[in-house]
Amino acid sequence: MDNLTFGVSMVVVGMGGTLLTLWILSLLMLLLKRIFPYKEENEKNISG
Amino acid sequence: MLDAIMSGLNGLVAGFIHLHWSNPVMILVGLILLYLGIKKGFEPLLLVPIGFGAILVNIPLAGLMDEEGFLRIIYDAGVMTEIFPLLIFVGIGAMTDFGPLLENPKIFMLGAAGQFGIFLTLALALALGFTKLEALSIGIIGACDGPTAIYVTSQYAPHLLGAVSVAAYSYMSLVPVFQPPIMRLLTTKEERMINMGTVKKSVSKTTKIVFPIVVTVIAGMIAPKGLPLLGTIMLGNLMKECGVVERLTKASENEIANVVTLLLGISIGATMDGRVFLKYQTLIILCLGLLAICLDTVCGVFFGKLMKVVTRGKINPLIGAAGISAYPMAARVVQREGQKYNRKNYLLMHAMGANTGGQVGSVIAAGVMLSVVNGLGIV
Repeated sequence: MDNLTFGVSMVVVGMGGTLLTLWILSLLMLLLKRIFPYKEENEKNISG
Repeated sequence: MLDAIMSGLNGLVAGFIHLHWSNPVMILVGLILLYLGIKKGFEPLLLVPIGFGAILVNIPLAGLMDEEGFLRIIYDAGVMTEIFPLLIFVGIGAMTDFGPLLENPKIFMLGAAGQFGIFLTLALALALGFTKLEALSIGIIGACDGPTAIYVTSQYAPHLLGAVSVAAYSYMSLVPVFQPPIMRLLTTKEERMINMGTVKKSVSKTTKIVFPIVVTVIAGMIAPKGLPLLGTIMLGNLMKECGVVERLTKASENEIANVVTLLLGISIGATMDGRVFLKYQTLIILCLGLLAICLDTVCGVFFGKLMKVVTRGKINPLIGAAGISAYPMAARVVQREGQKYNRKNYLLMHAMGANTGGQVGSVIAAGVMLSVVNGLGIV
């Protein structure tokens, strides 16, 4: 594979892949917050 | 008799006789690193052992990096096997609070934009004639994350390890110097004054415990080649958040991290033998590394501006600059810059969120890079 093809592939797939992965993870974070919502009383019980 | 005395004396001056011109230069470089660490306080935990390692390895005939040399043994055992950066990551995970990121998950995207410099610099390194694997190792300086840079470089271009790791650690410590001018250049005064309000506590303990497990499984599936990095940082974080292995958490963030930092630092310094290190190529790598981290800041701020538009002015673009892995320096820089223009502006927790996003982002970017290279059949 020549350097130009390699460079362009890395830039496109690398940047796109990182962005996509972090977007998926941010959606999962929102989902986790919905599944395990924050309740002040419960948190106090857990911490102490 | 006289011959024997002369031979004995020769033995005492042999070190001076075998001194190559590059050795005193590198001893000077080692002294500069010590000065930066001791006097200026730039990453002293790393620059002091690296600087001293550079001095040690440039003293002729000591053989510290020969096959039986003690620095070679440490280097082979910890750097070439990639164990040191991974152990450091367990400690980093144990020290990191992903709470601010979980409070506002959309700022996670800033942690991706803050890694774009890696790929742009990789392309530039290729254009300058570096081989593909060398370009990968140079680009990874843009992760602004020493252990990640060492992990990737020791796999693909171990001959560049000294230059890459010195660049990664030095530029990490210089974030407060070169980020503010870029941030001011790319934002308007009105943008810098945007108040994002306070971060409201809205994340449950269970979410914080489940988060590292979910990230490990999902991101590991997408970029399996980066799983050692991601898995260790998330293991450290899980231990911190679950709260039932306090001894392991404390050992990871203190004893283990300290011992490994010492051994890693001195091993990196040991790669700075003048005869190998002092090359035109090294200078180019140092310049490209600086460019990579500047590009990260530029891309992060531009992405922050884009998010400002999408959220109708709720995001201060300055926090985009914190989307790099230099934790918590980059977040502190954002807080300081924000307060210069609006005294009531407390961006720190928002910037911390972007900054921890940058930590995960740098590891994922490295994993994506390694997986893509594998997919392209380069290695």
